[in-house]
Amino acid sequence: MPQTIVEKIISNHAGKKVYRGEMAVVDVDMVMATDTTAPLTIQAFKRMGGEKVWDPEKMVLVIDHASPPPNQAIAVLHDLMREFAKEQNIKLYDIGAGICHQLMVENHHVKPGQIVLGADSHTCTYGALGAFATGVGSTDLAGAMLTGSTWVKVPDTIKVELNGELQAGVYAKDIILHLVGLLGIEGATYQAIEFTGEAVKAMSLDSRMTLANMVIEMGGKAGLVDMAGLELPYEFEPITPDEGAKYAKVISIDVSEIEPRVAGPHSPDNVKPISEFEGVPIQQAFIGSCTNGRLEDLHEAAKILKGKKIHPNVRFLIAPASRKVYLEAVKDGTAQILTEAGATFLPSGCGPCVGTHLGVPGNNENIASSTNRNFRGRMGNPNSNIYLGSPSFVAAAALNGEIVNPQKVLDEEGN
Amino acid sequence: MKFVGKAHVYGDNIDTDRIIPGKYTKTLDLQQLADHVLEDLDPEFSKKVQKGDILVAGDNFGCGSSREQAPLAIKTSGVSVVIAHYFARIFFRNAINIGLAVIELPEYDIQPGDELEVDITTGTVHNKTNGKTFYGTKMPQVMVDILNENGLENYLKKHKTYKL
Repeated sequence: MPQTIVEKIISNHAGKKVYRGEMAVVDVDMVMATDTTAPLTIQAFKRMGGEKVWDPEKMVLVIDHASPPPNQAIAVLHDLMREFAKEQNIKLYDIGAGICHQLMVENHHVKPGQIVLGADSHTCTYGALGAFATGVGSTDLAGAMLTGSTWVKVPDTIKVELNGELQAGVYAKDIILHLVGLLGIEGATYQAIEFTGEAVKAMSLDSRMTLANMVIEMGGKAGLVDMAGLELPYEFEPITPDEGAKYAKVISIDVSEIEPRVAGPHSPDNVKPISEFEGVPIQQAFIGSCTNGRLEDLHEAAKILKGKKIHPNVRFLIAPASRKVYLEAVKDGTAQILTEAGATFLPSGCGPCVGTHLGVPGNNENIASSTNRNFRGRMGNPNSNIYLGSPSFVAAAALNGEIVNPQKVLDEEGN
Repeated sequence: MKFVGKAHVYGDNIDTDRIIPGKYTKTLDLQQLADHVLEDLDPEFSKKVQKGDILVAGDNFGCGSSREQAPLAIKTSGVSVVIAHYFARIFFRNAINIGLAVIELPEYDIQPGDELEVDITTGTVHNKTNGKTFYGTKMPQVMVDILNENGLENYLKKHKTYKL
């Protein structure tokens, strides 16, 4: 019987052919936890009677969520991670290295066709590489550390065909926001999404990661991006769905018709064309996160802000997705352009996205953000409003002190 | 496994940021989590919840983050069972893994303060206040087994591996 990508990957790891709805115990290729989830994971692992991680080469720990630590309590949790990593001989990325998902891809800890569990919901990002990667909680991860396996229910798949060419000033972020708006916050619950079509084949790895990243914002278990056109610095065998594979539904989108999209407060599926939000005053702008803190994102922001100054009412924060991204932005002049425009660079990490520190908004403030979630209180203050969009949208808002269509700013520049 | 408790009723799409804001998640002290449970949804909840009470929600309960601190905060606050039309996937697994009973009821008639009797084994919820009974969606056997062991820690200590 023909199979979807996710059915193939799970079959390869279950030792038998499986199809949607079936249960399977699968071997896991890689596990990852962060400073939000690792302390509970380590505790659960020990309580399970765990002494040695099943394969230390297949585990990565990352300190990125509250990094560097803002207080003593968190500093102690970081120490606990360092001790465990040393004792178990596990790779640990310490403060400033970057966001877990960026590091996993950048440093080749995840590869096409693998099964990866991460104790972070945005683990689905690795679907950009054609891996079945999904977020789990701390105890599930501890179970994988102990057994090298986990149980899964094979998900049904929604196929999303993206055709046409994007307009200038419109990005993978706008496509995924459009889809989240279309399907809703629960629209892919318990399901996987396959992204395919001409528009996907033309996408960079950075953009593919943006696409896969927000699958969880529809409740999805995994987002598999078509491996056609994917360029990696090593050889890999692409996994393609079989002709006649069964899908829960097929959605076709002509991306040339998509204008910049914004998700208004307080849910990522509150998505509208940007025109409906134009004029909303902005006090804080943030570019970063596992969704949009990569080099091409900083390049897009620099296009908008080159030779200009941000609006005096705006605080503009940037947290590059990794030290490598930051270094490249320094070397190619992007960091200088953005700093001269008035941006404040934060350490590479999750930054204000998770509301722990480094940019908690004030009361009644509006934030333009390139991140993935705008639930009430997400950035640390329930009395603030978060608007999600592309890095260009954020840069244009920082420049104008209010929400404007970045296409207009780019037009004025003749870009 | 049977539970009897008073219902606290909330709506759809209650995300993990509203169950426990990210700023409170960096701790191993579970009481600290419970002190802030559902704070941005109902600031009074942590004060009024009694041991054994039952949390009732609509669609997609627990969407968002994979933070296990969300079900831990609920469990530590004293809640015995969470009922929803359906749950977000990661939250559902996390709840079972830490031994918090959850049950999916596609339909129900439950008002705040109603007294409920929940039988996890049969998947039934009896509303003692209005006399109606509702039937839950069947969980995979592995989840029933994990819950019977009061969570994955005990389950793996006993079985060493997953048995479907």
